[in-house]
Amino acid sequence: MSGQPRSIFPSQGNDLHPEESKPRKTLLELLSGVKAERIMYQIMTVIVLGMGAFVILLPIAFMFGSSLKDKAQLKMFPPPLLPYAYTTAEVNGETYLLYDATTEQGKMQLALIKKAPGGMGLFVDPKDPTVQYKLVIKEQTQLKHLDFHWENYPDALQSQPFGTYFINTLIITFVSMFGMIVSSSMVAYGFSRFRSKALNILFIVLLSTIMLPSQVRLIPMYIFFQKLGWINTMLPLIVPAFFASAYDVFLLRQFFLTIPLEMDDAAKVDGANRIQSFLFVTLPQSIPALFAVCILHFIWAWNDFYEPLIYLHSQTKWTIAVGLQTFNAMYTENTNLIMAASVVLVLPPILLFLISQRIFVQGVVISGVKG
Amino acid sequence: MASTHRFKLTLKQQDALWSYFFIGPWLIGLVLITISPMLASLYYSFNKYNILTPPQWVGLANYKKLFADPLFWQSIRVTLKFAIFALPLNLTIGYLLAVLLNQKVPGLNLWRTLYYLPSVISGVAVAVLWSRLFNPNLGWINYALSLIGIKGPAWLQSTIWAVPSLVIMSLWSVGGTMIIYLSGLQGVPTTLYEAARVDGANKLQTFFHVTLPMTSPVIFFNLIIGLIETFQYFTVVYTTTGGSGGPARSTLFYNLYLYQNAFSYFDMGYASAMAWVLFLFVLLLTLLVFRSSAVWVFYEGEIKQ
Repeated sequence: MSGQPRSIFPSQGNDLHPEESKPRKTLLELLSGVKAERIMYQIMTVIVLGMGAFVILLPIAFMFGSSLKDKAQLKMFPPPLLPYAYTTAEVNGETYLLYDATTEQGKMQLALIKKAPGGMGLFVDPKDPTVQYKLVIKEQTQLKHLDFHWENYPDALQSQPFGTYFINTLIITFVSMFGMIVSSSMVAYGFSRFRSKALNILFIVLLSTIMLPSQVRLIPMYIFFQKLGWINTMLPLIVPAFFASAYDVFLLRQFFLTIPLEMDDAAKVDGANRIQSFLFVTLPQSIPALFAVCILHFIWAWNDFYEPLIYLHSQTKWTIAVGLQTFNAMYTENTNLIMAASVVLVLPPILLFLISQRIFVQGVVISGVKG
Repeated sequence: MASTHRFKLTLKQQDALWSYFFIGPWLIGLVLITISPMLASLYYSFNKYNILTPPQWVGLANYKKLFADPLFWQSIRVTLKFAIFALPLNLTIGYLLAVLLNQKVPGLNLWRTLYYLPSVISGVAVAVLWSRLFNPNLGWINYALSLIGIKGPAWLQSTIWAVPSLVIMSLWSVGGTMIIYLSGLQGVPTTLYEAARVDGANKLQTFFHVTLPMTSPVIFFNLIIGLIETFQYFTVVYTTTGGSGGPARSTLFYNLYLYQNAFSYFDMGYASAMAWVLFLFVLLLTLLVFRSSAVWVFYEGEIKQ
C-alpha cells in the first residue's frame, strides 16, 4: 500500500510548504486528473460488475417468481418475473378480462366480452354493462395484478415425501460432517506436527488422491457395500467420511502450519501429551478453519447427487436432490411446484453461504492453489 | 506414555508412533477405500461381471469392445465438444472477473459473494431451473432473443444446441473458477506491481507483463482441473435428460455412459474398463501438472522445510 500515488503527490492535508503555491497548483491539477481517471475506471468496473450480477441473479429470481405462480400464470407470455395474473371482472355472471381502455369518454376500465373481426372487441363497463364499446383490442392495455400462490410450497412439499427427504439429507450431511472433521483434523495434525521421510511421501500420495476420479473406485465400493448389506442405507454415504477427506486434510494442514509450534512446546512443558495438545492447543486455535471446512462439506454433501442416486433405491431413503430430480422427471409440467421444491433445496446452502460468506470465501481462497 | 512400554522408546520413535496414530484414519482409508477398490476395478475390467454371477475372466475383451464401441467414442466426442466451448469461456470470464475483483472496487465483498452464489447451488436445481429458462416457447432465453429479432433454437431438445445449452449453464457457475484465480492473483507480490509502476508501465502493460505471466500456473491448473471435471460431468446432464443423454445421445457425456453401463446394464466389467481409461487419462493430465506447473513445486518446498 506504500506505493500509492499519495506518497508521490503531496495531498492538501499535509502540505508543509504553503509558500510554494505555484507548483502546488499544477500538482493538484495532476492529482485531480489521476483521481478523475480512477473514478471513471471504477464507475466502468461497477457497471460491468452490475450487469454481470444482474445476469447471475435473474435465474434465481425466476426460480423464486415461478414458485409463486399457478398454472395459468406460468403460461403468460412474455413470461413476467413476478407472479402476475390478468385481472378479471364479472359481467352478468360471467368472468371477462379487464382492460385499461381509451374511449371517446376518456380512459376507463372495461371488460372484453366478445371478440369481433378485424382485431376489434366488444367492451362493456362492468358497473354499467348496457353500453357497449367497439374498440381495437391491441390498442388497449390488459390489466394485471400480483397474485401470489404461497400454497405451492405446502402443495409441493406434500405431493412428495419431502419431509423425509429433508431429514435424510440432514442426517447424511451432519453425520458425515462429524466424521470428516474428526478424522481430517487428526490427519492434518499428523501431517503438520511431525516430520519424516515417510510422512513426506504419504503427503504427496494424499495430494494425488485429490485428483483421483471417484469412478475408478466406485464399482468395487458398490459391490463391497452390497456384500455388507449396506445398499439402500445411508451408511455408504456416511462411513467413508470417517476416513478423512484429502482435500479437507490439505486445507486444515495449511492452517495448522500457521499456528506457532511454541504453543505445542509450552503445552508439552506443562505435561500435555500429543492428544491433549491436539485437542486443547491446536483445535481451539483453528476454529475459523474448522468452521470453513465444515461449511464446505455441508454444501458439498447437501448438493451431492451421484452417490445418493447410486446407493439409495427406495423413495423413503432419498435425499432432497434425488427427490427433486425424480419429481422433475415425473411432473415436468408442474413448473411452479418443482420451483418451490427447488427453493427448498437451494435455500439452506445459500443462507449458510450468505451468513458465513466472509469465512467461506476466505476458506475457498485459502484452499486455492496458493494455499 | 513411554513409561508403559517395556522398552523405552526414543523420542523419535515415539513421535513416529504418534504420527501414525494421527494419520491413521486416512491411512486405513487409503488402503480400504482407495487402493483396494482401485485394484479391484482394474481386476473387474478384465472380467465379465454383472454382480449376480461371479466374475468371469475375459482378458482384454472389455477394452477391445470399448475401442470398437461407437457410443464410447460418441461419449468422448460429446465431452470434448463441451470442453472445447466451456473451458475457454469459463477460464477467460473467470479470469477477467477475478482481475476486476482483485482491485479496490466499491462493494468488493458484495460482488464476490454475488458471483460465487450460483456455485453453492445443487446441480439438480441448476438443471431444473435452466431447463425452464431454455424452454423453446415459454422460456426467457428465447423471449430475449425474439426481442432482437432472433428465433431461438429448441436448445435442450435439439441435437445441435443441447451441448451449447449446457455450456451456457456452466457459465452461470463461473464464480467457482473466479475464486481460484483470486487466490492466485493475491499471491502476486505487490513489489512487482510497484516496480512496473516505477518503470512507467500502464495498466494494460502491467496486466500483460506482470499479472498474466505470474498467474499462468493458476490458469494452467484451472485448465487441467476443468478438463478432469468435464470427464466427470454428470448431475446436470442426468437431470436435464432424465439419465438418457438425449436427444439422440447428443449429450451422452463420458461419465453418464459409464453410469449407464454400471447401473442401468449392470455391465460392471465394461464400466470398470471405462473407469480405468478415465483414470489413466486423468493420471496423464496430472503428471502434466506436476511437470510443468510451479504451483505444485510450492507444496514440495513446504514439506521439505
